[in-house]
Amino acid sequence: MAGIPHDHYEPKAAWEKSLSKRLPIVGLMYDTLMIPTPKNLNWMWIWGIVLTFVLVLQIVTGIVLVMHYTPHVDYAFSSVEHIMRNVNGGHMLRYIHMNGASLFFVAVYAHILRGLYYGSYKAPREITWIIGMLIYLLMMGTAFMGYVLPWGQMSFWGATVITGLFGAIPFVGDALQAWLLGGPAVDNATLNRFFSLHYLLPFVILGLVVVHIWAFHTTGNNNPTGVEVRRTSKEEAEKDTLPFWPYFVIKDLFALAVILAVFFAVVGFMPNYLGHPDNYIEADPLVTPSHIVPEWYFLPFYAILRAFDDTVWVVQIASFVTGGIIDAKFFGVLAMFGSIAVMALAPWLDTSSIRSARYRPMLKWWFWLFVVNFFVLMWVGAMPAEGIYPIIALIGSAYWFAYFLIILPLLGVIEKPLAQPDTIEDDFVAHYPKSSKDAAGGQAQATPAE
Amino acid sequence: MSHAEDNEGSRRDFLYYATAGAGAVTAGAAVWPLVNQMNPSADVRAASTMRVDVAGLEPGSQLRVLFLGKPVFIRRRTEEEIAEARAVELSDLPDGDSRNANAEGTDASDENRTIDEAGEWLVMTGVCTHLGCIPLDNAGNFGGWFCPCHGSHYDISGRIRQGPAPENLPVPQAEFVDDTTILLG
Repeated sequence: MAGIPHDHYEPKAAWEKSLSKRLPIVGLMYDTLMIPTPKNLNWMWIWGIVLTFVLVLQIVTGIVLVMHYTPHVDYAFSSVEHIMRNVNGGHMLRYIHMNGASLFFVAVYAHILRGLYYGSYKAPREITWIIGMLIYLLMMGTAFMGYVLPWGQMSFWGATVITGLFGAIPFVGDALQAWLLGGPAVDNATLNRFFSLHYLLPFVILGLVVVHIWAFHTTGNNNPTGVEVRRTSKEEAEKDTLPFWPYFVIKDLFALAVILAVFFAVVGFMPNYLGHPDNYIEADPLVTPSHIVPEWYFLPFYAILRAFDDTVWVVQIASFVTGGIIDAKFFGVLAMFGSIAVMALAPWLDTSSIRSARYRPMLKWWFWLFVVNFFVLMWVGAMPAEGIYPIIALIGSAYWFAYFLIILPLLGVIEKPLAQPDTIEDDFVAHYPKSSKDAAGGQAQATPAE
Repeated sequence: MSHAEDNEGSRRDFLYYATAGAGAVTAGAAVWPLVNQMNPSADVRAASTMRVDVAGLEPGSQLRVLFLGKPVFIRRRTEEEIAEARAVELSDLPDGDSRNANAEGTDASDENRTIDEAGEWLVMTGVCTHLGCIPLDNAGNFGGWFCPCHGSHYDISGRIRQGPAPENLPVPQAEFVDDTTILLG
């Protein structure tokens, strides 16, 4: 990989040379696995491995679930019950797949917030960030369509409400909604296409994950200081980094083991805790559940969607300026998609030359407020849209947009950053004054020879 | 000299454009069927009309049928209900449009909402105009329908009176084809 100077794979035996000349696959794997990684990475740098693992877990459990599932409105619900009762170990496979979606989103939110705190989205890692946002959007689409497949009441009505969002688009909305659903309402055609796409999209995600990794292997990892690895010579680079194998692989696997222990405790002892009981009632187009809530990982965006009713002045202005084309419903849809769009634009909205919030005393506060706000939106998204809740949702939504559109651009100008360490090595020595001496000795031997 | 080169350049350019154009048309032709297959299929489109026998419906009662995947409420209203619906002032209505597919562009007075002139037969798509839930009948503050999801109250003419829903319950294409049969769609 380009960028940080390091040792490359040298084929030695005759067959290695012969293979390398024809297909340099061993060299590619070696360079990927041995990539120099900043040695000060903290525990927030484990989520990438967790996410990769969960993607594989979801694909594997998904493929076996499909062997027993029937995508038809008359059979879908009972085929899921068939999996739960009759298929050998089927209940476990389904519970893993179901809760795997939740673990996926826990990890992706931690991963994104890590990127926001340490400025990982900034140059030269904008493409990594944008691809990450694409993966996140596909994840949401995949999760939503997967939730429809068991054909319970929440499946059906969630699909009705969410596809109804597209119906709010002016002029083409109704045609677009009918095209998405394959009919005037959620029905068998909808279930079939959602099944098809739910099977396809994870593989698209897998492809994008490869590009995501390729991109940050080209630029090198960010790290908690936000200071770049020195690239002037191999010796200096080696003082800032350790090879990914074995150091970070072992660390990541340890973290994965801890997280999976919690995950399997949930799967084993409280598998339906994060679900909604109404989804164990078969879909009925004539009866609506009294309170439609999406899965927890969509709640912040559901809150933003509902926050903008026609009593909000920005909605009234938008409606007036566009002559009523943008009404409250469409405004909510724009706000929901806009909330992710502004996050994707963070590399260009953040004007500060400092990456890590560790050295940005003001951003630090605004960032933690952003995290709190994220959970507030999640909570308010689960509440009925009446009383005080719409007001809280509106304030939370306003802060979400303000963080990206006002705070990030403005702080770069008014904030006085703290002094950054000159190198990653300096930071490392400051944190581990004793052990880094030993490590410096052992490191020369340990590096690429392993 | 330049003449010959220009000539050659333009012929090559022409080939580029022609190839790119043919490629774009071919790609479009290949993609279109893949997009179009997602539109409602022939059997779904064929189901877009439905006959409902309302012979057994007494005044004050309501029929709920599934039409195009959505419930349709057919209510035979009593004299009192008709009088109540017609007594409402237009200025009390949040949505001033009749939302009647049989009488586009008319105001929301009760006369424009029913499919007969006497106002006995009220036919509506029973989907709340807020977020698509199904309202309960004989409920709410206005003696009509009430949506339990987010608290929208509709009156006995199916007009929104209170709550977050923006529009009246829509009246679909509907007419009597004989004394006891309503044709939907």
